[in-house]
Amino acid sequence: MPLRAGRRKKAEAALASAAKPGIFWVPEMNALVVKDLHVTIAGQEIVRGLSLVVPRGEVHAIMGPNGSGKSTLAKVMAGHPDYEITAGKIAMDDQDLLELEPDERARLGLFLAFQYPSEVPGVTIANFLRAAVQARLPDGEELEATDFYARLYEKMELLGMDRSFTSRAVNEGFSGGEKKRTEILQLAMLEPKYAVLDETDSGLDIDALKTVAHGVNSLRGPDIGILLITHYQRILNYIVPDHVHVMVQGRIVRSGGKELALELEERGYDWARDGAAEPAFTR
Amino acid sequence: MKTNTKAVDINRGIGDFAYPERHVRDAGIGLSEKTVHYISDVKEDPDWVREFRLRGLKTFLEKPLPTHWASKDLEAIDFDKIRYYLAPGTAPSRSWDEVPEDIKRTFERLGIPEQERKFLAGVEAQFDSEAVYSNIKKAVGEQGVIFVGSTEGLKNHPEIFRKWFGKVIPIGDNKFSALNSAVFSGGSFIYVPPGVKVKHPLQAYFRINAENFGQFERTLIIADEGSEVTYMEGCTAPKFITVQNWSSNVFNLVTKRGLAHEDAEVKWIDCNIGSRLTMKYPGVIMKGRKARGEVFSIALANDGQHQDTGAKMIHAADETTSNIISKSISIGKGRATYRGLVHVPKHLKHCKNNTECDALLINSTSRTDTYPAITVRGTGNAVQHEASVSQVSSEQIFYMQQRGLTEAQAMSLSVNGFVNDLVRQFPMEYSVELKRLIELEMEGSVG
Repeated sequence: MPLRAGRRKKAEAALASAAKPGIFWVPEMNALVVKDLHVTIAGQEIVRGLSLVVPRGEVHAIMGPNGSGKSTLAKVMAGHPDYEITAGKIAMDDQDLLELEPDERARLGLFLAFQYPSEVPGVTIANFLRAAVQARLPDGEELEATDFYARLYEKMELLGMDRSFTSRAVNEGFSGGEKKRTEILQLAMLEPKYAVLDETDSGLDIDALKTVAHGVNSLRGPDIGILLITHYQRILNYIVPDHVHVMVQGRIVRSGGKELALELEERGYDWARDGAAEPAFTR
Repeated sequence: MKTNTKAVDINRGIGDFAYPERHVRDAGIGLSEKTVHYISDVKEDPDWVREFRLRGLKTFLEKPLPTHWASKDLEAIDFDKIRYYLAPGTAPSRSWDEVPEDIKRTFERLGIPEQERKFLAGVEAQFDSEAVYSNIKKAVGEQGVIFVGSTEGLKNHPEIFRKWFGKVIPIGDNKFSALNSAVFSGGSFIYVPPGVKVKHPLQAYFRINAENFGQFERTLIIADEGSEVTYMEGCTAPKFITVQNWSSNVFNLVTKRGLAHEDAEVKWIDCNIGSRLTMKYPGVIMKGRKARGEVFSIALANDGQHQDTGAKMIHAADETTSNIISKSISIGKGRATYRGLVHVPKHLKHCKNNTECDALLINSTSRTDTYPAITVRGTGNAVQHEASVSQVSSEQIFYMQQRGLTEAQAMSLSVNGFVNDLVRQFPMEYSVELKRLIELEMEGSVG
């Protein structure tokens, strides 16, 4: 139910009454919802009134120029402690996330594929993932090692990763492509309800991009909502989104179908920025 | 002569539990000749051991506290307020069934359940200063290996142990070795006959369960020609939840030294977690040609703790090689100090030393120092020293939390990663234990 430009107010009203059935019903019970979010760091406002709904089963792309606040949005959703949220809300399946620690959000089913993943020296990918999978099990339940490795190898094959990778320390000495692949491997293993992919395409050559896209596409389905954050249209040729949003200066300025990405590629962010005076909004 | 001696030690300030003390023998508070005689009487020491103790006491009273490098913190020890000897009323027992129930419970809390014994070739566990549980697997005994408490060793095997007793670490080595000589009780005496290779590590667990109580064990391991043995010991001081950092009242002052004859290898694996101040520098004197010495050490200094650890490598023959790998972790206001001594005199040829020390700082208030003292004279000897300091970044913790790990789990996994390449070379049961201890320590320090 995409809304046309100029209907933002009504859409916001819909969000406000989202739980109630009606014309503007938004399925919050099955969506990642950001509502009128304002975020500052060191006194500077980076996200300025951003609203977004990513229902489960859909792939949404956020496109935006450098400095538009895309990565800040991703980190804030995951609960990065450096940012201050001055207004707004973030909810996942109707559960308020803002009061939760990053690990609580993760265990509830939120995954962030980092633009710049950290190294974890001395901790192998296998051990790291085992700890992460174990953390999702109920108290007292032990992870079955053989099942774990069977799944791990299956996912690695999907991503064209050699098995020897499992004994390498997480991201230590990895190339850019290896890091991104490792992020997607973790996504595949942890089976989140919602995944935010922050510039997963950056620094990838075309072959690596295809492999990563293949990995993401194979995870698509009714049980996962994906938010794809990117600077370039290129990745959207391989991971075709259901909806595209353009983010400029901390706000969504245009929303549309997958064709919006192509239009943006053609006309540039200045065109989108010009439209910011009359912002678009959609679910 | 070819011997291979590995020694393993773990010192743990973990264990938030304590059971009623049931000591029958108590030498009282403070130290005098009377105390020494009391201990000798109780232990039915031979006369030469009693004399050894008295000489130890005299040296202890004469020697000043070490001042050239020791921490000021040492002055906080009030030697008049320490109980020098405590023992439950039971004699050392060999079967698990004979171990008193409350002590069994303590061992269970420590994670040394009965089923774990199958891993252990022999377990000689000590509750306070007396061995209460001693179970040496038949096989070890059949090989002629002697694995006993110090009292029994001196009493029943003087022909083996007397020759070396007090030789590697003499009474006058330092003030604390003199104190130990005066009041020692407990500890292990091990003799491995020529050519015997003890497959499984020999283990001794013991604990401190009374406040203001010094544990003065003395361990002597003799690995005869062509033999191999690994010895493991652990020490847990109880921590009451209501009294914060009870185990941080413990001073851990230990002298550990190995003497390696020709072609022999002595390896120390030393881990220090907990206690207010640890000063421990396992050493190897490489006395015979081609002897090798190795020290792997891990220290974890939490808030209010100072781990002053390191290694001493004394090269005393040609073609001797030594290797030191030290890893320290400082948490909160914890402080880890590496102090290393490498000594190669002028007349020696083809000696080698490698030293690596890595420090990990968890918080901005954490502290680490490195004091390597390397003296290499002559030509044709080689040493190398590498040191690094790293920090767990908040980005790394956030990354790990995003995967579902709590902050404490993320910290402990990071710390385990930091020590991982070293721990991999440890005996399996030891690395598992160490991992669990790091987890416990990190849980307590976060949040």
